[in-house]
Amino acid sequence: MMNLTLRIWRQKDSNSKGRMVDYKVTDISEHMSFLEMMDVLNEQLVNSGEEPVAFDHDCREGICGMCSLYINGEAHGPDRAITTCQLHMRSFKDGDTITIEPWRATAFPVIKDLIVDRMALERIQHAGGFISVNTSGNTQDANSLPISKINADEAMDAAACIGCGACVATCKNASAMLFVGAKVSQYALLPQGQVEAKERVLNMVAQMDKEGFGNCTNTGACEVECPKGISLENIARMNREYLKASILSK
Amino acid sequence: MAILDAKIPKGPIKDKWTTYKDKINLVNPANKRNIDIIVVGTGLAGGSAAATLAELGYNVKAFAYQDSPRRAHSIAAQGGINAAKNYQGDGDSNYRLFYDTVKGGDYRSREANVYRLAEVSGNIIDQCVAQGVPFARDYGGLLDNRSFGGVLVSRTFYAKGQTGQQLLLGAYSAMNRQIARGKIDMFNRHEMLDVVKIDGKARGIIARNLITGEIERHSAHAVVIATGGYGNVYFLSTNAMGSNATAAWKIHKKGAFFANPCFTQIHPTCIPRSGDYQSKLTLMSESLRNDGRIWVPARIEDAKAIQQGQLKPTEIAEENRDYYLERRYPAFGNLVPRDVASRAAKERCDAGFGVNATGEAVYLDFASAILRYGKEQAKIHGISDASEAKIIELGKGIIEEKYGNLFQMYEKIIAENPYETPMMIYPATHYTMGGVWVDYNLMTTVPGLYCIGEANFSDHGANRLGASALMQGLADGYFVLPYTIGDYLSNDIRTGAIPTDTPEFDEVEKEVKTRLDFFVNNKGTKSVDYFHKKLGKVMWDKVGMARNEKNLKEAIAEIKQIREDFWKDIKVPGGLNEMNVELEKAGRVADFLELGELFALDALNRNESCGGHFREESVETEGPQKGEALRDDTNYKYVAAWEYKGEPSEAVLHKEELEFNDIELKTRSYK
Amino acid sequence: MSKSGILKSTIARKVAMALSAFFLMVFLLQHLIINSTSMVSADTFNDISHFMGTNFLIQYILQPVLLFGVVFHFIMGFVLELKNRKSRSVKYAKNNGAANSSWMSRNMILTGVVILAFLGLHFYDFWIPELITKFGQGNWSGVVEGHEGLRYFGELQHKFVDPVRVGIYCLSFILLSLHLLHGFSSAFQSVGANNKYTRGLKNFGIAYAVLVPLGFVVIALFHHFNHC
Repeated sequence: MMNLTLRIWRQKDSNSKGRMVDYKVTDISEHMSFLEMMDVLNEQLVNSGEEPVAFDHDCREGICGMCSLYINGEAHGPDRAITTCQLHMRSFKDGDTITIEPWRATAFPVIKDLIVDRMALERIQHAGGFISVNTSGNTQDANSLPISKINADEAMDAAACIGCGACVATCKNASAMLFVGAKVSQYALLPQGQVEAKERVLNMVAQMDKEGFGNCTNTGACEVECPKGISLENIARMNREYLKASILSK
Repeated sequence: MAILDAKIPKGPIKDKWTTYKDKINLVNPANKRNIDIIVVGTGLAGGSAAATLAELGYNVKAFAYQDSPRRAHSIAAQGGINAAKNYQGDGDSNYRLFYDTVKGGDYRSREANVYRLAEVSGNIIDQCVAQGVPFARDYGGLLDNRSFGGVLVSRTFYAKGQTGQQLLLGAYSAMNRQIARGKIDMFNRHEMLDVVKIDGKARGIIARNLITGEIERHSAHAVVIATGGYGNVYFLSTNAMGSNATAAWKIHKKGAFFANPCFTQIHPTCIPRSGDYQSKLTLMSESLRNDGRIWVPARIEDAKAIQQGQLKPTEIAEENRDYYLERRYPAFGNLVPRDVASRAAKERCDAGFGVNATGEAVYLDFASAILRYGKEQAKIHGISDASEAKIIELGKGIIEEKYGNLFQMYEKIIAENPYETPMMIYPATHYTMGGVWVDYNLMTTVPGLYCIGEANFSDHGANRLGASALMQGLADGYFVLPYTIGDYLSNDIRTGAIPTDTPEFDEVEKEVKTRLDFFVNNKGTKSVDYFHKKLGKVMWDKVGMARNEKNLKEAIAEIKQIREDFWKDIKVPGGLNEMNVELEKAGRVADFLELGELFALDALNRNESCGGHFREESVETEGPQKGEALRDDTNYKYVAAWEYKGEPSEAVLHKEELEFNDIELKTRSYK
Repeated sequence: MSKSGILKSTIARKVAMALSAFFLMVFLLQHLIINSTSMVSADTFNDISHFMGTNFLIQYILQPVLLFGVVFHFIMGFVLELKNRKSRSVKYAKNNGAANSSWMSRNMILTGVVILAFLGLHFYDFWIPELITKFGQGNWSGVVEGHEGLRYFGELQHKFVDPVRVGIYCLSFILLSLHLLHGFSSAFQSVGANNKYTRGLKNFGIAYAVLVPLGFVVIALFHHFNHC
């Protein structure tokens, strides 16, 4: 059982100023997940008539990409290849002070407490994160176009992105290149994605820049903190695709 | 019973859907531009429906409580999606998929709906591949398949252990294309709080903007509910924290019948509960049962020692282990269907043989699979006198290849290495087969109000087979609803935009606001979770894996009591016009507290054991099947559709008799 | 996408950054090779220096290109840094960058600024006197009055007498090494080269980043101690 001090960012809404506030929680089991520890804190706050700390979470099994949190200076906390909901309290020690902040990026304004607005990522997807095929069911047979296993597997690895935004949060430049690179790569690796490849990468990158994300300086932090281990190769691939598209497009 | 008309087209089952499509009324493209459709929920069903309807030309307004459609809980589905493609040439066909699904559902689903599902299943795969879904492929570049429980063919398509994610992202990408075109108006972080009916037809919804707290009116010519299942009525389930039944329950209260609420799937392979603080349960894919052997100690003293932490599973000798599934079901062994495996685990744990501190867990052991694969590998690599250590090392490699991500997930949660010591698993609520009653058109008993995906009741009967949920969600959204809704909307081409400044909207908005006002102003002392946990405990203990009359009656009374306490003593901090997570939860739990009672009532009414619903009173008393579930086709071969009458306990039962013309009713046997 | 948009996009800027870096890295290597001849033979060094200092192609074509490359690399570096800073207007109260990235990768601007300062000194030491000699005094002979033979080796040796200057010189090259340790492989990543050769390239990059600055340091120390 652990007793902890939590230093948490509290902010009423997007227009208010926020600040760090300290809370104490006691008797925390090491088997708890980090968010269950947050549940304990919130139950405590509700019972004492205070507003609970708002944080995004949903599936609590590391796949929906809803949970965020910058914990002790790292996106999704100190453990690797997991989201915050999969982080367990055994990663901490009795008496620790844990600093919990929202994702910080100009493109991710805080909505409340630890919840940020990730619509910028949505708009990038709207700009080209799709293959323009009608869902009519009149497509060709799924096996009519063989795809090499290597490409299919690589496309899958890129497509594993859960859109949580940890890459942006952790990047010293708040760059969204890993997120965009993953989507561009998925389609670039599949024959179905070729038709619109040029427009897709140009449009998605243009939207990304418009949203106010920073530039990629290849520090590699995003790859380390990505809960799904999306590789930097995807950024390189996007750079290639972009160059190709810039030179060849009309 | 004339009140329930399933509207099943006439003719042979193979031709029903084709004939139906040939004869329905269509809306011409110019008129589609003048028609609005609201889709609530953006999972596989809602997302695919929104995209397809927008593509057809309708104006779609889509709603999600998350910050993006991509986060709907369909994303968590791991194993795969079934389709009768017969790529493996192993004898699969639409009929066989249809047959397996009806049989797997223990003969409580509607034949015509299931056949249609099987019929469009192949198209789903074509569609998804065209969208860039990276399904697993073999070295020749063609699509790979795996097999799942309860069937004899390989028809499951998959994308690693993240099939649901990839399919949802496919539907999401189709939505994005339409959002970019302006054909879908996407309302993220919005929650539907009620439906608005005008002249008996669904014409809009009242929704709350979860960021600002603003109550909004949205009108449309038809409303589609695709908000998933109600598994969170148990508090602990594999559902997402936000998964809720509010939309489904609200339309039930406005006239949509609720069917078979007691049909709930308890999945056998979940990570067990570790303490009272637990917020949710995590599923481990069913595929693990292909190689894992399930056991508990055979001697009660060993079980006790394990529970107290004095003994390790690896210290128990082979002869002192009880591989109870292999013992009870020699034919199917560890691969019996989900409901059977779950009940068997509960039976052992109830008898005191559970293997963790709470006594609610059984072992899933890979040691023998590791040895088996290890020996095989040693042969392949030409190592003739491989040491035991070498064999284990080789075997672990194969297990890691197959299940690496699941093993890692387990280790992160439990902090034990499943390669070295058996996994602990226990059943958990996973999926709800029951839901809003719909006819063949997927329309509820309210005209213009549709319900698709897990939220409806139609395709899985009393038990769903693995990899069929994804199939149903996408079939409904991509291929069924877009046709059937057009037939209805063809009467609305002259209606024009529906105004929202009408008394009907006023009234429903007032109801919604009154309730929200109550929550923030009530001077109670207990949090929302307090009541939710209490409800969950009653549901799990008395309306869980095994049910009996006495417990169900108690549950009904207890749930009613919890509900009364809830309305007296609920405490919701914060205000109305702001983001208020407790307020959102309060509304959802209030609805669960009503649904839970109807759930128990339905379970009480259905005095037979079928699929996920097991009544202790209805078991085989003799013969080789002794002690197994006993279905009662004479008295219960119907869909129980409940009509709301003010209180859950006053709900009126309507029966839709099920007819089986193309499948012979049989007892499911896995002995 | 119009052409005017190209240098506005984050990727295009990064590519431009990488291309100028490639150019500078090639230049650095040839500079090292020429300088290292000074440790072997003063005459060789003088000859090459004179050639480089008087050849039309080098003086009027390559030198301006080099100057442009240097200035572009620095200006673009600052432009990118500014944009990056704006991308996170509220900073983290606690940030543990060391957990996921190297110090070098996070401090390119710092190492860059030090190298810029050093370049100032370097220009003051060598380049500006050269300009004065050639363009101010019109002396393209490579010979100064009162000295025998070409002047370059003598000037070089003279600069490394002062231990403070040698110290600054060495320190700057350590920072250049740090800059290159990230910059070399980063430039390849920026132009999209991340493939099966990446690992080898990374190792080569590390070798380059250590050996090239080390070479300059050795030359400086060689002349400092040989002169004494």
